[in-house]
Amino acid sequence: MSAAIVVGVLAAGGTYLILQRGIVRVALGFVLLGHAATTLLIASGGVGTRAVSFAGAGADAADPLPQAFALTAIVISFGITAFLLALAFRSRDVLGDDDLERGP
Amino acid sequence: MNASAITLLLALPLTAGAVAVLLRYRRALQRTLTWVTLGTVLALSLALLTEVRTGGPLSVDAGGFPRGLAIVLGVDVLSALMLTIGSSMTLVGSVFAALSSEDDHPLFHPLILILWSGVALAFVTADLFNLFVAFEIMLIASYVLLTLRGGARQIRAGVLYVGTNLLASTAFLLGVGLIYGAVGTVNLAAVATAVRTDAGAMAGLTILLVAIVAKASLVPLHGWLPRTYVEAPPVVTAIFSALLTKAGVYVLYRLGSVVLVELDGFLTLMMVLAAVTMVVGVLGAVGGHDMRGILTFHMVSQVGYLVLPLGVWTRGAIVAGLFYLVQYVAVKGALFLAAATVVRLEGTDDLGRLGGLMRTRPWLGVAFLLPALALAGIPPTSGFLGKYLLVRAAFEAEAFWAGATAVVVSLFTLLSMIKIFNGAFWGDAPTDADTTASEPSRAAVTRVRTQAMIAVPLTIGLAALVLGPAAGGLLEVVGDAADALLDPAAYLAEVGR
Repeated sequence: MSAAIVVGVLAAGGTYLILQRGIVRVALGFVLLGHAATTLLIASGGVGTRAVSFAGAGADAADPLPQAFALTAIVISFGITAFLLALAFRSRDVLGDDDLERGP
Repeated sequence: MNASAITLLLALPLTAGAVAVLLRYRRALQRTLTWVTLGTVLALSLALLTEVRTGGPLSVDAGGFPRGLAIVLGVDVLSALMLTIGSSMTLVGSVFAALSSEDDHPLFHPLILILWSGVALAFVTADLFNLFVAFEIMLIASYVLLTLRGGARQIRAGVLYVGTNLLASTAFLLGVGLIYGAVGTVNLAAVATAVRTDAGAMAGLTILLVAIVAKASLVPLHGWLPRTYVEAPPVVTAIFSALLTKAGVYVLYRLGSVVLVELDGFLTLMMVLAAVTMVVGVLGAVGGHDMRGILTFHMVSQVGYLVLPLGVWTRGAIVAGLFYLVQYVAVKGALFLAAATVVRLEGTDDLGRLGGLMRTRPWLGVAFLLPALALAGIPPTSGFLGKYLLVRAAFEAEAFWAGATAVVVSLFTLLSMIKIFNGAFWGDAPTDADTTASEPSRAAVTRVRTQAMIAVPLTIGLAALVLGPAAGGLLEVVGDAADALLDPAAYLAEVGR
């Protein structure tokens, strides 16, 4: 339940931000949406079991696969965030602003 | 052949991409590396194609992990066919880039190699999460390729492109998460069986489908494509057109084959989407005023033709769709390369500032005309055969309105091709006042180089002309692919064992 609420709040905030005009806000919006997806992935393995997997794993060992998914997704979204911020930086040089609708 | 060739197919371009970054100031070495790698990949794909046609689907567990943990890479006839046509067009594109000096950015060749690795991974993976990773590899390379010039227009297009695709990817990831939460696996074979009984997995699959529809740029999720592709460097547009949306179409066929076509309403949904996409795309194309603008709207329209078989799903329709897909990738690539040649030689592809090219560069006119006729579906080109088979299959399945739409849209396609031909090739050359801006780029291209550039689309155009009457061999190959799609049991057994 708590995971569902976290995903909902993150997705709502992310959706609001990606509808803005500035690239930096859009980038932050995608950060939030990425967190929503990561949380959902972790929750898909079940949030009840969260002990260490593999090493001396008992009955409450966490499912390791969603953690691997989440890690991959985090790395990818980190890379794309960096790229979006680089675009914003370049946009300031070319358009004088990170707002796409303004400038020449 | 050993199934580990599949691993080699992915490892080679990725490694070469990394090495090519190190060679970024050694242009000649970098080019050779790219061409040798793509050539090897093409040879491997052809060998795989022969192998899976006779011996059935192949699969390999990435990293040698046991089944259940490992990411399964599986190749059947469709995958091998897509690998073959995709790698050959990437090779053609990178050669053309060298001829037109569009590869002068040190990261051009590495990005092309990484782009191709992502596309190849999407073609062979049998794992939904891995499919997400494949799309991301290919998209990240394409983000950079699109914005390589870094001008104001590229920034605007780049943000729209990255935003749309990132949103679709996030939706894709959410879908994968829901599916894993419901059935506890992301292996395509296991998901295909589990999804029929599980409502949660069904919800995940629906989100997945929406994301793929956006990536394949079907109407109503097509708006990003015509507005962004035109801002890429011309040769990059040609490579994008051969690879990116086609990866989306491939995934639609794959998912359609293993599970979607058995679901209620999927066929009707696809048929409606296909027909609307054809019409909306071609209307946008007729209204365009520059060569690449018209051609990119056609990409949207043609995705409708490619997806139409998913709404009919008979053997005839799939054969027609796959035949159309193979010839279309080549033909569309040729059209974009012809447009890229015009941009390189004349400095613009705006129809208002071009004219009389048929008099000054007759062979360029032919090089554009042949693939243009194939795109519009004029006999005896390969495009005619593809459209004829497609329309016949639609009529046989009593989908009369969808077949009729395909015919009418062809007429509009011809109309927009005539518009380009009238604007750029017939008529009078533009007055000097219009062309002063483009003089430097004209002078920079040597005669031999010009001829070599024109030869690339011309060769593909001639191939399309020959492929129409001599389609027997290719039809046999796509027939095998269609059989495998209609009865995916062998593929599912191979990737899910």
